[in-house]
Amino acid sequence: MTATNAKPKVGFYWCASCGGCEEAVVDLAENILAVVEAVDIVFWPVAMDFKKKDVEAMEDGSILAMFINGAIRTTEQREMVQFLRRKSKLVIAYGACSHLGGIPGLANLWDRESVFRTVYHETPSTVNPEGTEPQTVFEENGRRVTLPGFFNTVRTLDQVVDVDYYIPGCAPTPKITLQAVQTLLSGNLPPKGAVLAPDVALCKECPRADTKPDDLAIKAFKRPHEILIDEEKCLLAQGIPCMGPATRGGCEALCIKGNMPCSGCFGPPGRVKDYGGKILSALASMVGSNDEAEIVKILESIPDPIGTFYRYSLPASLLRRKKMDAMSSEHK
Amino acid sequence: MTDEKKNPKGTAENWEPRIVCFFCNWCTYLAADLAGTSRIKYAPNMRVVRVMCSGRLDPQFVFEAFAKGADGVFIGGCHPGDCHYQEGNYKALRRFHLLKRVLMGMGIEEDRFRLEWISASEADRLKTTVNDMVAKVRALGPLNLETPDEVSTEEVRA
Repeated sequence: MTATNAKPKVGFYWCASCGGCEEAVVDLAENILAVVEAVDIVFWPVAMDFKKKDVEAMEDGSILAMFINGAIRTTEQREMVQFLRRKSKLVIAYGACSHLGGIPGLANLWDRESVFRTVYHETPSTVNPEGTEPQTVFEENGRRVTLPGFFNTVRTLDQVVDVDYYIPGCAPTPKITLQAVQTLLSGNLPPKGAVLAPDVALCKECPRADTKPDDLAIKAFKRPHEILIDEEKCLLAQGIPCMGPATRGGCEALCIKGNMPCSGCFGPPGRVKDYGGKILSALASMVGSNDEAEIVKILESIPDPIGTFYRYSLPASLLRRKKMDAMSSEHK
Repeated sequence: MTDEKKNPKGTAENWEPRIVCFFCNWCTYLAADLAGTSRIKYAPNMRVVRVMCSGRLDPQFVFEAFAKGADGVFIGGCHPGDCHYQEGNYKALRRFHLLKRVLMGMGIEEDRFRLEWISASEADRLKTTVNDMVAKVRALGPLNLETPDEVSTEEVRA
């Protein structure tokens, strides 16, 4: 490294995501100046004009930290993260999608076949009389165009490349982001694989924690639009499925301060293998009945258990994806 | 068990259902014990894990069993009102029904997941429920869940 270029290099990249994580970096507001002061941003397709070839010209491992958001859905994303892994000392999974699969990970309830069928044939707004679907290769008049391949299964970043650290959240809060960047720049690195947020359940930092009864006996689960939510009282005590008991803290209960339940974007605290299993267990045990028929009826007031318990973490769950009968025969 | 090691997921020819059982220490586990000492014969497809209470059963155990190749999961607990810890079995019952909906949503058939109340003296009932579950899972065939390490990276449209 030359003296003129001694600042550590960092980069940002996105895969299957909404762009909110890029926004979260910008949300550092004036604090981003301190970050830019301390580092050289060498790659950030959303915000800056560096190309892949610029990174190709760098030596392997010459980038200190690469922040990658988004899940892995296409061959292009896989190729890019493998390439960026080679160029970087540290790879950081930034945000819920690269950490746990995120919202795009809910596509693991379908496969490529059914996704394409819905998107290119069945939605009411689709006009596709010739039944065209995206192809990875198309040739016409001697010209050849290609598109990335589309995987059946959405994967988390660490299911594709080695990941050093995780910054959770949908999107990560500016505070969590800034703390993480400062930690990485300090050189005093946490153990590999660490999630850079407190290892406690959200209830620990919830302003309504004192109003949570020791023994909950829920007679019907309520969705937020169905009741007038008391702004002071524990949401579980009001029958609203709140993911707080199984979710890692660090967001400072942002949603709850907005009078909405936690939906679990920070993922589980350490030691939990399957986030959905844990919150399912917690909520089911709060059902206030010992009568089987009544229990079933109360539980039916959670209309979409998978979408509720695995909203951000289906690809990181133990089952990872729905078993599709057609798929298992097609892809033996 | 050598066959099982060689062939962890089973093939069509020599496949035998593998059912992971979580039996409560105070009732169903003792029923299985009694079935043994009474020389009651039942299908040898069960792999029993003793837990202190059906309420100890973490849904993660069930997901892990299926992810690692089980064709079915069977939970045995104390009859309602008989729980050694007052109401662990009611908590198991509540979790069971929610967990079953999640499993079915993930493409795992209803008959692969079962909860039964079997007291320490009901060795015969253990035999009949085990045999019944094995028969149902056998009829369904191998689950062949794609276990995490086997999710193909090459599954792209050619």
